[in-house]
Amino acid sequence: MLERKRFSTGLFTAEVIGILLALLFLSPFYFLIINSFKKLKDILIDAAKLPEHFNLDNYRRAWEAIDFPIVFMHSVVLTCLSVAGLVIISSMTAYRIVRSPSLFNRLLFTMFVAAMIIPFQSVMLPLMKISAIFELRGHLYGIVICYLGFGVSLSMFLFHGFIKSVPREIEEAAVVDGCSPYGVFWKIVFPVLRPIVATVVILNVLWIWNDYLLPVLVVNNTYTTIPLAIQLFFGQYLRKWDMAMAALTLSTIPIVLFFLFLQKHIVEGIAAGSIKG
Amino acid sequence: MKLRQKGRHQEWLQQIVFIGPGLLFFILIVVAPFAMGFYYTFTDWDGISNQAAWSGLDNLKKIFTDDERFWTSFWFTLRFTAVAVILTNLVAFGLAMLLNQKLRTKKVLRTVIFLPNVIGGLLLGYIWYFIFVRGFAAIGEATGIELFNLAWLGTKATAFWGIVIVFVWQTAGYMMVIYIAALVSVPKDLLEAAKIDGASSGQLLRSIIVPMIMPAVTICLFLTTSNAFKMFDLNLSLTGGGPGYATESIALNIYREALTYSHYGLGTAKAMIFFFGVALITVTQVLLTKKREVEV
Repeated sequence: MLERKRFSTGLFTAEVIGILLALLFLSPFYFLIINSFKKLKDILIDAAKLPEHFNLDNYRRAWEAIDFPIVFMHSVVLTCLSVAGLVIISSMTAYRIVRSPSLFNRLLFTMFVAAMIIPFQSVMLPLMKISAIFELRGHLYGIVICYLGFGVSLSMFLFHGFIKSVPREIEEAAVVDGCSPYGVFWKIVFPVLRPIVATVVILNVLWIWNDYLLPVLVVNNTYTTIPLAIQLFFGQYLRKWDMAMAALTLSTIPIVLFFLFLQKHIVEGIAAGSIKG
Repeated sequence: MKLRQKGRHQEWLQQIVFIGPGLLFFILIVVAPFAMGFYYTFTDWDGISNQAAWSGLDNLKKIFTDDERFWTSFWFTLRFTAVAVILTNLVAFGLAMLLNQKLRTKKVLRTVIFLPNVIGGLLLGYIWYFIFVRGFAAIGEATGIELFNLAWLGTKATAFWGIVIVFVWQTAGYMMVIYIAALVSVPKDLLEAAKIDGASSGQLLRSIIVPMIMPAVTICLFLTTSNAFKMFDLNLSLTGGGPGYATESIALNIYREALTYSHYGLGTAKAMIFFFGVALITVTQVLLTKKREVEV
């Protein structure tokens, strides 16, 4: 009895500490959200005070200033196309490397893995040249191709680890039934890969949605995504805190919702992805 | 005979269909630019004209003898990486230990602490820019604590810690998730047995928990080291490298050398040095921690 009581007071303290830490982690969002409803002069007087009335005017102006519907759609389309492409090409590459481990394919695998260490900055300048030569600049497909090239290493690596554990037997029955190698992959193997597809999708969505540098270098003003719009906004209205807080709140909402809806998968995906990695 | 030829033809076709697209994009976007980088390192390429004249070792000579700003950023990035990696992992591990207990609110707490991670560094930098400039002033006025009245982004030392704070806040949740996944797999009966034998909590931590989760430590150290060393977005939006260029990361320095000053050749040379730095640091770190995994 005594033991149990001590046990629960220990847990209670841990719970209190946990809640306090969580509040500390949330405090920046408190500042962000309350000030997005205030008038500029009230922000300058006291940025910590709750707003007296909820004024949506900041949101209306920020919505127009960053062209929110358009940049949001740009981000959605770019992220969806890139992630879908990555899932397709990297699962196919990984499948072939696992099922047909020729010398060439094994070398290829090593090359993909080794390339993961190359930082973006070390390729970005010549990449600008390449994107000009191949007319990728300023086009949606151009930047999608860039994401495919950069993302394929890690995604392929994750698929590779998973496919190794998929038994070959499940394919053999289909081959006997006269299914083509492509049919075997798409109809038999790919459905089995669902858990790792989820991981690959999540890791790549978080990366591509938030990426700033690649779009700046490759599409810049012709295809403005959310991070680019925010950077442009701050270049123009640095101390317009009222609009700025509304613009930042608007811009964080989509990815926060994505996270809250899929958080179970995201947390599992990250744990799985990192252990394989 | 004909059948075998057809089989080989089929093999080739499959190789091309399955591997072709991935390999093509990979070569076009990663391999080719990387290889070209070695060439441009030795040229005076300005990014605009199509010519890039061979300039031999000029760029490297300039970097090593006459580029104080680059070495300031190099030194800043090293110090930042060291501090950020240690703090992030301590905080993340502490949070993981705390939230691995049977707390009633643990799900919500994990969600909240992970949340900053899903938002991009650029946006987080601007949110914190506001907090350092306006929010801290308001807290300072309300509480009278001097710490909040400092011009956080205005001096070299505080701007450094400002970036560290935001980095830890952003990254700790992600690492916490990895540590929790590892902690869950530590066998309960092993811990119970050690407790019955009279092991203190310090001994449990040192002799059982940490050795059992070494693979997670390797991963977290690798991820934080490489993220901190390559920091760009957060740096750009939070301090812009300032005051002066006291908090300019290498990544930001390279970007500005090329895009602001149009010294593409010089920027590429820096980028290649940067690559060797990243490779050296991350490979050494993984080898060191991997060795500890084997010993256990």
